[in-house]
Amino acid sequence: MTTTSPDLARGADGATAPPRRTARSTASLQLREAVLPSLVALLVAAIVGDVLIVVFGQSPGAVYRLLLEGTWGNSYGFGQVLYKATTLTFTGLSIAFALRAGLFNIGAESQLAAGGFAAALVGLALPAGLPWIVMLPVYLAAAAAGGGIVGGVAGELKSRFGAHEVITTIMLNFIVLALLSYLTSAHLKVPETLHTSEIHSGALPRLADFIAAFHGSAANVDIVIAAFACGATWWYLFRTRRGFELRAVGLQPEAAEYGGVRPGRVWTRAMTISGAIAGLGGLNFVLGYKHYYEEGFAGGAGFLGIAVALVGGMHPLGVALAALLFATISQGGLAVNALVPKQFVEVLQAVVIIAVAVSVPEVRRLLRTQRRTD
Amino acid sequence: MTPSETAAIRLTDIYKQFGPVLANRGASLQVARGEIHALVGENGAGKSTLMRVLSGMYTPDSGRMEVADGSGVLRDITGWNTADAIRAGVGMVHQHFMLIPTLSVAENLMLGAELTKGGPLRMLDRARAVEEVGTLSERTGLRVNASQLVSQLSVGEAQRVEILKALYRGARILILDEPTAVLSPPEVAELWQVLRQMRERGETIVLITHKLDEVMSISDTVTVMRHGRTISRLRTADTTPQEIAREMVGRDVMLAGELRRDATAGEESWAVASSGEATPTAAQVSLGERTFPLPALELREVTVASARHAEAVRDVSFIVSPGEILGIAGVEGNGQTELIEAIAGLRHVRSGTVLLDHHDITNASVRARGDAGLSHIPEDRHLRGLVLDYTIADNLILGQQHRFARGGFFNSLDGERIAENARRQITAFDIRPNDPALPARALSGGNQQKIVVAREMGRDFRVLLAAQPTRGVDVGAIEFIHAQLREARAAGKAILLVSADLSEILALSDRIAVMYGGRFAVVMARREASEEVLGPYMTGAGRAA
Amino acid sequence: MAILLFLSQTLRIAIPYLLAAAGGVVTERAGLIGLTLEGYMLGGAFCAALGSYYGHSAWLGLLAGVLGGVLLGLIYGVSAIRFRADQVVVGIAINLLAIGLTRFFLRLAFGSSSNSPRVPGFGGEQAGTGFGALATNPMIWFGIFAIPAVGWMLYRTPFGLRLRAVGEHPAAATSVGIPVARVRYFAAILSGALAGLGGVYLTLDQHQFTDQMTAGRGFIALAATIFGRWDPSRVGLACLLFAAAEALQIQLQGAQVVPSQFVEMIPYVLTIVALAGVVGRAVPPAALGKVPE
Repeated sequence: MTTTSPDLARGADGATAPPRRTARSTASLQLREAVLPSLVALLVAAIVGDVLIVVFGQSPGAVYRLLLEGTWGNSYGFGQVLYKATTLTFTGLSIAFALRAGLFNIGAESQLAAGGFAAALVGLALPAGLPWIVMLPVYLAAAAAGGGIVGGVAGELKSRFGAHEVITTIMLNFIVLALLSYLTSAHLKVPETLHTSEIHSGALPRLADFIAAFHGSAANVDIVIAAFACGATWWYLFRTRRGFELRAVGLQPEAAEYGGVRPGRVWTRAMTISGAIAGLGGLNFVLGYKHYYEEGFAGGAGFLGIAVALVGGMHPLGVALAALLFATISQGGLAVNALVPKQFVEVLQAVVIIAVAVSVPEVRRLLRTQRRTD
Repeated sequence: MTPSETAAIRLTDIYKQFGPVLANRGASLQVARGEIHALVGENGAGKSTLMRVLSGMYTPDSGRMEVADGSGVLRDITGWNTADAIRAGVGMVHQHFMLIPTLSVAENLMLGAELTKGGPLRMLDRARAVEEVGTLSERTGLRVNASQLVSQLSVGEAQRVEILKALYRGARILILDEPTAVLSPPEVAELWQVLRQMRERGETIVLITHKLDEVMSISDTVTVMRHGRTISRLRTADTTPQEIAREMVGRDVMLAGELRRDATAGEESWAVASSGEATPTAAQVSLGERTFPLPALELREVTVASARHAEAVRDVSFIVSPGEILGIAGVEGNGQTELIEAIAGLRHVRSGTVLLDHHDITNASVRARGDAGLSHIPEDRHLRGLVLDYTIADNLILGQQHRFARGGFFNSLDGERIAENARRQITAFDIRPNDPALPARALSGGNQQKIVVAREMGRDFRVLLAAQPTRGVDVGAIEFIHAQLREARAAGKAILLVSADLSEILALSDRIAVMYGGRFAVVMARREASEEVLGPYMTGAGRAA
Repeated sequence: MAILLFLSQTLRIAIPYLLAAAGGVVTERAGLIGLTLEGYMLGGAFCAALGSYYGHSAWLGLLAGVLGGVLLGLIYGVSAIRFRADQVVVGIAINLLAIGLTRFFLRLAFGSSSNSPRVPGFGGEQAGTGFGALATNPMIWFGIFAIPAVGWMLYRTPFGLRLRAVGEHPAAATSVGIPVARVRYFAAILSGALAGLGGVYLTLDQHQFTDQMTAGRGFIALAATIFGRWDPSRVGLACLLFAAAEALQIQLQGAQVVPSQFVEMIPYVLTIVALAGVVGRAVPPAALGKVPE
């Protein structure tokens, strides 16, 4: 998001003594500022959802009940929720990471595709039958490299030329997807389809292999990697020196520069890592579900990742929770398709994003005026 | 006011609050028609806010505003907006110009009151606008090229455009906010001439300033503000700079920069300002006789560019020795900011050399300079000195974070050492509240500055750059910081002090340089200096060194 | 005759770009980021199908389409101006909202998830490609005059002067009494109308609405706006350039000189080149994306 410019309480020095503040009350204020907008957004989305359901002639109660039954109410549905949440966790994490550096990565869609494509290339090049445990590091590296290169280009364009990353990542989305389309259709695809041939080496096992209840769902071991990615991102951001510098650049680039950090370097690094994280998300489909690369497999997860990052308050734990939420909504749309077109969840998702974006400054304003009166 | 004078402006009991800051608390103002009225006060006294309320930019929280209409009758106009104010003939020239760089002078002038031609089509009539600007320019003596783009104008020319903008809309009451801050002396003289001409035509002028010499030379009446309140109203002819200064500050100020005295008690009380040690002059003498072998900081013919000037700093050379404080005095905007930034590594040096202990650091990174022993208290703590959303503990390692990392592949930060560092600094520098987990945003200005000072002075350093170290800081913290600076000097550190507060310079420095127009106009030992001696150099009247 | 075919095809392809990019110039010069052009176009396209089908008239379709764009423009305006929400986030969301709403109402109104039934357009039932057929299509004329009209508005009228001021230095505009918020609302609405008109053209030309039929054209229009440095005449030329590349590719399709995907990339690559300042720096309006208190 836009870098918060420091409020300057300039003017009569000592005209008002600041209220006594404890770390606990400030932390609770920060938590409220982070959580309230998401709650408000969800409330607004629920209301809009009700309206749409009624317009289509159904009862909201029935629809929401069916939605819950179809997602958390049965193990296949829940498995599908987990599967979708995995991809969304990666894209949400990717965007949240970039936001922490003050950057807006709209390119997660193409970074996701590039990561999946790179993994597929590696998979096709490898001999068949190698165990997944052994191949995993190779696949991870390939997927991260695929997404990281795309992100890195945008980062370098910003640090060297000052080109705004919003525009460059959007442009790169089109460029990269077109390029991948060309490569797939010209060289790699199975005729009459839009996908490459099957990878026979190192596919990720489904969760169903371990827990019979998930039988039929696409949920796979990649979810563990997603959880690990959350932890690693949290640790990088809040426990390492580079994370300290990155967050400083995102909050106040002038102060970071004064503190010896070079914003340009941080931007390139942050965009590369962000792209790499999104690229890792490609493994979910390419290795865990279909075992081949297919054009369009990203399916909008790159853009939905923006909602996930925002509702999740740009924090890895929040992102994971938000990913579950949006995956539930997404899967729920399929479940209620008999009653209401599944497209209504697409409307809901967009409404959530607008509602969050609108609530953040509003909530901040309200909470800060309240703070004045304590 | 005498009964024969008519009031042009009357503001009564104006209150205006921004967030936690009460910028105006019951401020009042009475300006007579056809006079030049100076509104004075220190930084943060509330002068600009009051005038912005008058000009319609802000709505007052409470109070009454009256302005005389065409026939001289006062009308209540409380809470009006800028469009109303402009229509009523009240125009404000801001300190930071409100001009659109990508548009021409004529376009900027007619913005909001556009001239059109072509009947129903209402197309812009640029030719007529240029013509009218030319006529106005002639009449008032403010020379501008109406077709030029504002981005190509010099600062003085841009200000002329700002004034013309107000006059173009028929302003009979003109408010100028610190107009001479960016002008050279000949430009100031020109401006005074324009203002006097306006006064002769019966127009009213309010001049916001903190420069007492200007007040004495141009104004008829003075209103003094302090801490958001109006303190007094004086006829310029009947008062002295001394008296005005006392009203501004609320205590006796000896203009030669000696001891301060507590003047008022009660809720406005200022702590006793004397440091209780030997007078500055005594300490001066003993230091002045020592000689030092190696300069800690040396600049040789350094030239630095800024966004506005190709040479914001021109061929500046000087040294600072260990155990001395070199104070740079001067009106802000004469290159001090760029000079400090260049030494700190935040701005590129176009030519010349910067040496720290004889190491060439001209092109070194900020971090390398820090490692070489350079500390920097930046002039804008909110922008540069602190990450406001970071905790006190985190801010105390800003710029040093690589020293608190464990190294190796994972390079994580050592939480224990950071916490211990925070505890130590908070105690040593008496930062309040003393919880290291508080975000810096939550602290008062003085305590925020103490974080910066603790960080920069609480570590190992050889040279300290202190830019406006006590700006916006309460008196208790000012004393503390001054004591820290004196201690550092005694310990053999070299300190480069930049301050817009001349009394601070005079209180702390061993040698004083005056910066004017990007150059050092003069460098002298403390014992030779006083406000009277330095003043002329600060306004460009003295000879360059 | 291939040359004439090429030119008329270029013009046909350029019309939606010209309309949407005209909207892009208006919104960005006023300081509002133009990521929403795609959404406006899609909304306009769908509403045109609704209006044209139920109203049995292409003109009603046009009116409905413009209203659709305007409505989305209002949502964007209120979010960004009144609530000061981040313009990038809301911009992306408006595009997603347009996709969701059009799909939802496509099911509701037409019972399909892929396309509407055939709707009346301009210029008869047969799709003529010659200049004669083009000249009788009012949409073509809208497209041709959109950019010059916006240029005239920006540089010749008082409103245009104020709009440019608001996009460069809103505080200065306020200080002379210009209602910045109102100017921006107007820009958002006008931009919605223009880009919506671009969508109207698509539907009426193809005589039906298809799911996601805009296919990124709104982003190409944004690319043209940036590549043309927010100056109407240059933006217009950029639109023609991008359209010409597409037309060329179609003509050469048989010859397989360059794969279609690479031609698709051209507008986007050129925009990045412009932003990187390889051929001179592209400097946006100074207050783009920032909303004052």
